[in-house]
Amino acid sequence: MVLLKMKFTQQRRVRLAQGLWLMSWFAVMCGAFVFCLGIYLKTELLRRDEVMENTEIHVVPNILMMVGLASIGTNWVATRVCQDSLDASRFPRWKVLLMAWFAAAVLLCCLLLAVVVLSYALQGRLEESLKVGLRNGIRFYKDTDVPGRCFQKETIDHLQMEFRCCGNNNFKDWFEVQWVSNRYLDFTSKDVKDRIRSNVDGRYLLDGVPFSCCNPASPRPCLQYHLTDNSAHYNYDYQSEELNLYNRGCRQALTDYYMDLMNSTGPGVLSVILIQMSVLFSLRYLQTAVEGAMALENPEGESEGYLLEKGVKETFKDVKAKVLDVLKFAQVDPAAAEPSPGNEEKTADTTTEKAATPTPAS
Amino acid sequence: MAVLRVKFTKTSRDKLAQLLWILNWISVVTGAILFSLGIFLKVEINKRAELMVERDIQYVPNMLVAVGLIACAINFLGGKICYDCVDTTKFLRWKLIILPYIIFTFFFTFCMLVGALMCYTMHGELEESLNVGLTEAMRFYKDTDTPGRCFLKRTVDMLQIHFQCCGNNGYRDWFQIQWISNRYLDMSQKEVVDRFRSNVEGKYLMDGVPFSCCNINSPRPCIQQQITNNSAHFNYEHQTEELNLWMKGCRQVLLEYYTHIMQSIGLTVLITWLFELSVLTGVRYLQTSLKNVLKQGDPDSESDGWLLENSLMETARTNLNIIKSLCKCNQIDTASNGDPNINVPSTCKALYGPDNVPPKATTEAS
Repeated sequence: MVLLKMKFTQQRRVRLAQGLWLMSWFAVMCGAFVFCLGIYLKTELLRRDEVMENTEIHVVPNILMMVGLASIGTNWVATRVCQDSLDASRFPRWKVLLMAWFAAAVLLCCLLLAVVVLSYALQGRLEESLKVGLRNGIRFYKDTDVPGRCFQKETIDHLQMEFRCCGNNNFKDWFEVQWVSNRYLDFTSKDVKDRIRSNVDGRYLLDGVPFSCCNPASPRPCLQYHLTDNSAHYNYDYQSEELNLYNRGCRQALTDYYMDLMNSTGPGVLSVILIQMSVLFSLRYLQTAVEGAMALENPEGESEGYLLEKGVKETFKDVKAKVLDVLKFAQVDPAAAEPSPGNEEKTADTTTEKAATPTPAS
Repeated sequence: MAVLRVKFTKTSRDKLAQLLWILNWISVVTGAILFSLGIFLKVEINKRAELMVERDIQYVPNMLVAVGLIACAINFLGGKICYDCVDTTKFLRWKLIILPYIIFTFFFTFCMLVGALMCYTMHGELEESLNVGLTEAMRFYKDTDTPGRCFLKRTVDMLQIHFQCCGNNGYRDWFQIQWISNRYLDMSQKEVVDRFRSNVEGKYLMDGVPFSCCNINSPRPCIQQQITNNSAHFNYEHQTEELNLWMKGCRQVLLEYYTHIMQSIGLTVLITWLFELSVLTGVRYLQTSLKNVLKQGDPDSESDGWLLENSLMETARTNLNIIKSLCKCNQIDTASNGDPNINVPSTCKALYGPDNVPPKATTEAS
């Protein structure tokens, strides 16, 4: 029982080939689009590489890039097939390749679906990675003289100003870290000595934040130091002051940014999947219709096109049997592959002899 | 004696017409590019409109937009004309329009040249506008409660952060104005009152700058207050400290930014002007060669094309005479006190002699 049979006259076959040729070129451009999307996402992730601890999230743009390149190649092959499909002498050489093409196209669609799913599923891992990365960034903020960390200050300042955020969860993260380097602390001053003695680790902690946390939209000049002390500033209430610094934490800001980016690419990827599937189905119809036409006495007559020759279950059974055959062939056959007639008795004798003599182990 | 005479066969005329058709369409695209460059410049200037005093700087993008639109229209028409010039019958449609079109386009290219030159000469205007604008903006930095000025603080802060600059000429400009609003100053404190009394105008001046002047490349946390006081901070010397704040003044930075944009745009306009001029030359040759072909009668024959029929001086003289006679025709004769109803023999009419000549005596002959 054939799946989704359709009749094709010569004219319809020609139209199908032409339409499919155009659609395949369109699919090539979609593949290029997916590749560029992957590159864009990768560059955006690499730009903030210093505040991310691991690169697990990079699997999304990597898959996009691979799928984009593969899709360009596959769809280009489809255009060549379409060009040759109406020429009876050139079409047969594509027969073998077409089965592999269908498998490749299905694989590409599955990978694209996987990308969409992954971009949602990896959100938790991204947050974890950012949490650790930002914590380290804030801890090493003061180490502008340590090679390998000397640009952490600039990175964190730039990040906070660009994403309008402060600290990891919020600005209070800066109160728990010494972010002023010892080189700029006057150890003879009483204030400094008191602060260092006030905590177990001997760090210079203060209720102040770097200037990059300042909110330009605040109506008053930025208050950076003595933030929890209401009496230190005129007309200032620490609990109700919202505009002075950025309220968001940088982890939240960055996660939102990347999730927005990946969600906005979602519809594009889904439409590329749809286009690829339609190219797949159309090519299958074209293949079966042209093959049917070539088998007729009159090649210009009507032929049938279908998706699957037998039903879904039967095709699946056939495919499974074929795959098992191939696997069996690869295995070593215990009964010798080419027994000569004379040797059969000899082998039978040797086996019985072997069975007769008891093995030492038993 | 024609200027730059060139012989054209039928095939070379056709090739010229086709080439000019393509070039005219390319010119339409360049006209659209000019239009979009004008819009881009307008948007960039309006983005910082609060920091510039309203001066003649808006003429440049407006000129570019107008020139771009007119160039698109002219070259579209030119494309149509050249497309029809391949066929001599279709050319007859355009015969009357093509010469005025060429003259109009020739004068239009002057406008384009003016537009390009304006891009290069706006430097002084722009600097003056920015100077006054930035001074005003810094003065009203603290007025976040005054309607109309409440976003000036954010504008100046974002400007200093984005362009990496501080103040008008340098960070010292902030020392000369009060940039902290009185709402946030505790007038009961002695120190505040002393500062107010320390200058003639009664302003709270301090040697401090807003946070947006801080340089993110500095290895130490930003020093914003008591900048000139070396003893207020550990291991700090304000004369040699270069990385703490942004050193450049915002006026210079913005001037460089806009000058760079306008110079690039000016270069594009100059190149477009040269291109338009060459297309116009081609159209003139095509027009004169087709005119001569029609004069000769045989559409497939060879003909001459030129830029000007006579030399430059003669052409200028004849044109001036035409303009003069046009003016004289229109002038009203003052002898009749400006009344057009009085029948006065006009100098424009062909002279067939005076009106009241008595008939000749024929009796003499006979």
